[in-house]
Amino acid sequence: MEKRYDAIVVGAGHNGLVCAAFMARAGMKVLVLERNDYIGGAAVSLKLHQDFTYSNCSYVCSLLRPEIIRALELPRHGLQVIPYEGGCTMARDGRHLATYANHDAQRREFARHSKRDAEAYDRYSRDVMRQCDFIKPLLMRTPPDPTSFKRRDIMELLYLGQRFHGLGDARMHDTIRFWTMSAADFLDEYFEGDLIKATMAGSSIIGTALGPRSPGTAYVLLHHYMGDLDDAVGAWGFARGGMGAVTAAMASSLRESGGEIRIESGVEQILVRDGRVSGVALKSGAEIAAPIVVSNMDVKRTFLDTMSERDLPADFLQLVRQFKIRGSSGKLNIALDGLPTFPSIPKGSPAIRGDMHITETMDELERGYDDWKEGRWSAKPYVDMLLPSLIDPTMAPDGKHYMSVFVQWAPYRLADGEWDGPARQAFGQTVIDAIAEHSPDFKSLILHAEIRTPWDIENEVGLTEGNIFQGELTMDQLLFNRPIPGYAQYRSPVKGLYMCGSSTHPGGGVMGAPGANAARTLLGDIGRRTTA
Amino acid sequence: MSANSGKNGQRVIVIGAGHNGLACAFDLARAGRQVTVLEAAHEIGGAAVTSEFASGHRVSACAHLLRSFPADLAKAMRLDSHGLAWAGTGLSTWALSAGAAPLDVGRAINGTDFMRRMRRHAEVLTTLMHTTPPRLDLDNWPDRIAVAKLGWQIRRMGREPMRELLRIAGMNVYDLLQDNLESTTLKGALGFDAVLGAEYGPRSPGTVLTWLQSLAGQSLAGSKGLAQPVGGIGALTRAMGQAVAAAGVTVRTGARVAHMAVTNDRVSGVVLDSGERLDADVVVSNADPRTTFLKLLGPEHLDTGFVRKIVHHRASGKVAKLHLALDSLPAFTGLDAQALGHRLVVSPSLDELERSFNPSKYGEIPERPSLEITVPTVRDASLAPAGKHVVSVIAQFVPFDVGTDRRAARARLLRNVLAVLEQHAPGIGQRVRSSEVLLPVDIEQRFGMTGGHWHHGALAFDQFFVNRPVHGASRYRAPIDGLYLCGAGSHPGGGLMGIAGRNAARTVLAND
Repeated sequence: MEKRYDAIVVGAGHNGLVCAAFMARAGMKVLVLERNDYIGGAAVSLKLHQDFTYSNCSYVCSLLRPEIIRALELPRHGLQVIPYEGGCTMARDGRHLATYANHDAQRREFARHSKRDAEAYDRYSRDVMRQCDFIKPLLMRTPPDPTSFKRRDIMELLYLGQRFHGLGDARMHDTIRFWTMSAADFLDEYFEGDLIKATMAGSSIIGTALGPRSPGTAYVLLHHYMGDLDDAVGAWGFARGGMGAVTAAMASSLRESGGEIRIESGVEQILVRDGRVSGVALKSGAEIAAPIVVSNMDVKRTFLDTMSERDLPADFLQLVRQFKIRGSSGKLNIALDGLPTFPSIPKGSPAIRGDMHITETMDELERGYDDWKEGRWSAKPYVDMLLPSLIDPTMAPDGKHYMSVFVQWAPYRLADGEWDGPARQAFGQTVIDAIAEHSPDFKSLILHAEIRTPWDIENEVGLTEGNIFQGELTMDQLLFNRPIPGYAQYRSPVKGLYMCGSSTHPGGGVMGAPGANAARTLLGDIGRRTTA
Repeated sequence: MSANSGKNGQRVIVIGAGHNGLACAFDLARAGRQVTVLEAAHEIGGAAVTSEFASGHRVSACAHLLRSFPADLAKAMRLDSHGLAWAGTGLSTWALSAGAAPLDVGRAINGTDFMRRMRRHAEVLTTLMHTTPPRLDLDNWPDRIAVAKLGWQIRRMGREPMRELLRIAGMNVYDLLQDNLESTTLKGALGFDAVLGAEYGPRSPGTVLTWLQSLAGQSLAGSKGLAQPVGGIGALTRAMGQAVAAAGVTVRTGARVAHMAVTNDRVSGVVLDSGERLDADVVVSNADPRTTFLKLLGPEHLDTGFVRKIVHHRASGKVAKLHLALDSLPAFTGLDAQALGHRLVVSPSLDELERSFNPSKYGEIPERPSLEITVPTVRDASLAPAGKHVVSVIAQFVPFDVGTDRRAARARLLRNVLAVLEQHAPGIGQRVRSSEVLLPVDIEQRFGMTGGHWHHGALAFDQFFVNRPVHGASRYRAPIDGLYLCGAGSHPGGGLMGIAGRNAARTVLAND
């Protein structure tokens, strides 16, 4: 056995680092173990082709909680987020819809497509912002257990009830509807333009194994509004140096507080003795003891792959097996020999400097989801691409560009065959063809393309099925149901073992909230004060 | 009722003699109100009627079985003594699957731990069905008590059942069944129950809710279970008609309401198509919400926010009905003639069920629709000439908007349904002498239900309980004095239960 730590965090993803940093700041001796030879989990910058830097998993920084940025002093540790100026959606017939963080600019752009929709946009923004204001404070709180009679749970339930009640009669009804309806139905209540609706609906299905017509997708629209960057509400931004810069800043903050990180240290098993956690065994065979272990891995990885079945209650394991983590997205990282042209985007438009979408109608999106249900990738995939090197020149050599391409939907298991070479190539080709429809010179500029299927993401990043949120964000897996009813407060059935990944409330999307919440819970349990 | 005794003689008009309108009228008349029911058609029953579709062949025009008609309502109305007789009760459901023997669903599932748990969850919904949706701001004691009672009922279930209910309530039935059952056929058939009459396929979140709602309905029916009345579903509303007449209600058929009369911001009566004006202290509408508010009342009497909600109220039916007149009894593979008198379901797997849903999202007719089939003439010879038979088929999912060529859509659906039937009943096509296809759009035209929707509006989480049909009208009261709603568009929805009608009557009695 090695020297003792107060706590071990398994996985150096952004949540693991945030959790560790808060523990270290509270004076604990913390060790973070990472199986890869780089830290960051899915928030990384990797050089896979010459001097191109890929944000090869997550690619946008907008949801990271400002409380965390402040508390961990991330800007001082090198984090710099540059907001996008805009973005756009391109249609095959040459139309385009520009998107802006600025409400008035957006409204003018809508008016170009539909006067009615421009007016509706005021109403829409107001209604969505209201839901945002309602939900935001809940992100950094531990969900109550509605079956518990403990004082804390009852007080928290009362708090939630009071907040809900505070909305007033009419808005309470609106809120229930908003949380349960489909994005398509919700958008239909405001807009008429196909391209407008498809653009908005896109953000409701990213990373989700549901289509825009599935009930429960409307609230995911919030993701577009929930970010605050420099107080610009709803802004999306890009981390200078790629997404790895986010986790690098977190790691630096952690180290400054005395925390330790070890790479290439995959955990084989979380050890349990006498009903409480005692440490971890590494793949190398070494054992490290600690009274507290926090898992940044998703619940399936944690409890099914990294623990012994006999250390866990059977009914708990049953629910872990039933937890829905579905691979539904893929990613392409492309090195380009120059800037591709997009004829539908007017010259000088800032659209090319933001995220550009390929989608046309809600039906096309929905059909993309139907393909997924049948074990195929979408024949006409939803594509969310951007050229980070236009904003941050360090991402690519001079005159060259890096393009990040997010793709929805791709299944984890193909109905026909495996995700080996040919299938992966064919998937990549589908996406490249889709982009080429909008950019005649795109194909000729490709120097290198990394194609990542859900299967690859699972294998490389360690996310089950390659699900970017560590679990579907459906009603049965939110709040006190996330990840498992009765275990939604970051504690596990084993004393001393905690969860801090996106499998826990409030879920994924480089937010950091699960990590901070887990740290707060854990520090409370051992009687230390938190700085979160 | 003593508090209301002073209101005896108060004049109430009920628009529409569907089962909910009749149930509402009955309770109001018994409480001493002077009730008139106005029905546009020439017979009562609304969509719960039996009609002739081919010479000498009659069939229940929409729903063809009773599964959740409350035993207590049947008793209160003494329907047995008003002529309601049963051709069959406690019917079984046979799940058909090509290449496998038919499966008796009840036998496969009843008594299992899973089903016991689900029925227990459904009990909460049973309570909910009889509850008037509260105001969420809980500004009055009755609502506070109702919510507290509901909360207590859920708490009292015990920790694990409560956790399960709170987890699965928002889930999709596909995952729930995959997680708990093995048999593909069984999962397909139960999934079908969850989406019967719904606008969603089994993978859509919220379909566990609709399944629990259907289980809750079943428990209301008591010992009758799944039942077929002699003379078809029309016999039920005919008996209800006699019961309300005996209770002193005046029922006028062929009396189509053109619009409501409004005096001093209060609904004061109705004007018929004929121009005749009828005054009333209270008007109760059994029509669907859109018809009630936009056609009969008129948006000028409502505020814009409310009108917008009604305009966006989702009521786009996806159920089609097919009626086949056969010259002889069809033979289904693996089923004896006796079994044909039960309910047959063709939904061989959850994936097939979902596939029959997909095309409906794009206005297309499914290649292989999911079916509920009855051969009512096996138990009730009165429905067809001697030796002839009727096959009644519910087909899902058929979009409301099938484009301009409805005739082609009907033909296509008939062809697809017959192809599926042929798989399970080889040679059935040759026995068909005559047929009728009712697309959702046909159902809208024939019965005046917006969207041809059996529930007068999608039964989904966002149109459920406090949001049914929409906020501002969810407590059976319209946002204008003197007008109430009693149709399936209100909580708890349709399914031939009459509960919306009874809840509405209770509200009228408490308020006006």
